[in-house]
Amino acid sequence: MNARREAEPAPTKDRTKVERKSEREVVVTRTINGPVRIVFEAFTKPDLFKRWWVPKSLGLTLLSCELDVRVGGTYRLVFRHEGSDMAFFGTYTEVTPHSRLVWTNDEGGDGGAVTTVTFEEKAGRTVVVLSDLYPSKEALDAGIGSTDGMNETFDQLEELLITLGAGSGRP
Amino acid sequence: MVHYIRTHLDASFAALSDATRRGVLEQIGRSDASITELAGKFRMTLTGMKKHIGVLERAGLVTTEKVGRVRTCKLGTRRLEEEMAWLERYRQLWDSRFDELDKVVEELKRKERIDERKKRG
Repeated sequence: MNARREAEPAPTKDRTKVERKSEREVVVTRTINGPVRIVFEAFTKPDLFKRWWVPKSLGLTLLSCELDVRVGGTYRLVFRHEGSDMAFFGTYTEVTPHSRLVWTNDEGGDGGAVTTVTFEEKAGRTVVVLSDLYPSKEALDAGIGSTDGMNETFDQLEELLITLGAGSGRP
Repeated sequence: MVHYIRTHLDASFAALSDATRRGVLEQIGRSDASITELAGKFRMTLTGMKKHIGVLERAGLVTTEKVGRVRTCKLGTRRLEEEMAWLERYRQLWDSRFDELDKVVEELKRKERIDERKKRG
């Protein structure tokens, strides 16, 4: 019960921070209102993971979600978007319970980023830092340049966010 | 975004640490120029100027475009805008993703509290 009082409501803006840390790295930071053991569980158990990884607003349907969270284990997510299926897959290269996860993103071939997530509990809340490290500046820039196909999806997302009003939908 | 601009400037710092490159940037800021023109203005060899432009280009400060045999340099502001738009979309994706995660965590916390109460009887 005390945990609830300790946790101040997060400001509606800048809850999620994104920074380009270097030529080949983008870092996302967000504090989640819950202890690290629960947050870590939500990252590693497929039935929980699939409930949040694909925001409804993206207009994607998650067809399947397999996560074998251990060093050398693989994951595979299959989405349907406007009638066509896309698969995202890779391998977990580091798994430290309640503290750190590292996985590869192999669907894009050699240009795929390595994702590192670190978890740190502070006063009942968990700071999640997620880094996408690309093999080269060119690979990251290719991501920036090739977002045209995603624009429509993101436009829809933006529209929806405006309709909903920023910061609504929080418990 | 302010935060982002700062880190971007940090990344560009190396490119700006050289007096010639700062001069070139200032010059291009006034008007687009070819590498040959810039080499002439700064009394450098074409190869030397190409190297400087390469550094500025990699930092996203300058973009170049080759028309015929002339390579024209201009300020890389468009690139910066594109990059900021991309990062903002990326932020929005993660923001809505983490909003959903918050809901899942909230629910699990509630469940734990109920289980705890049940255990205590």
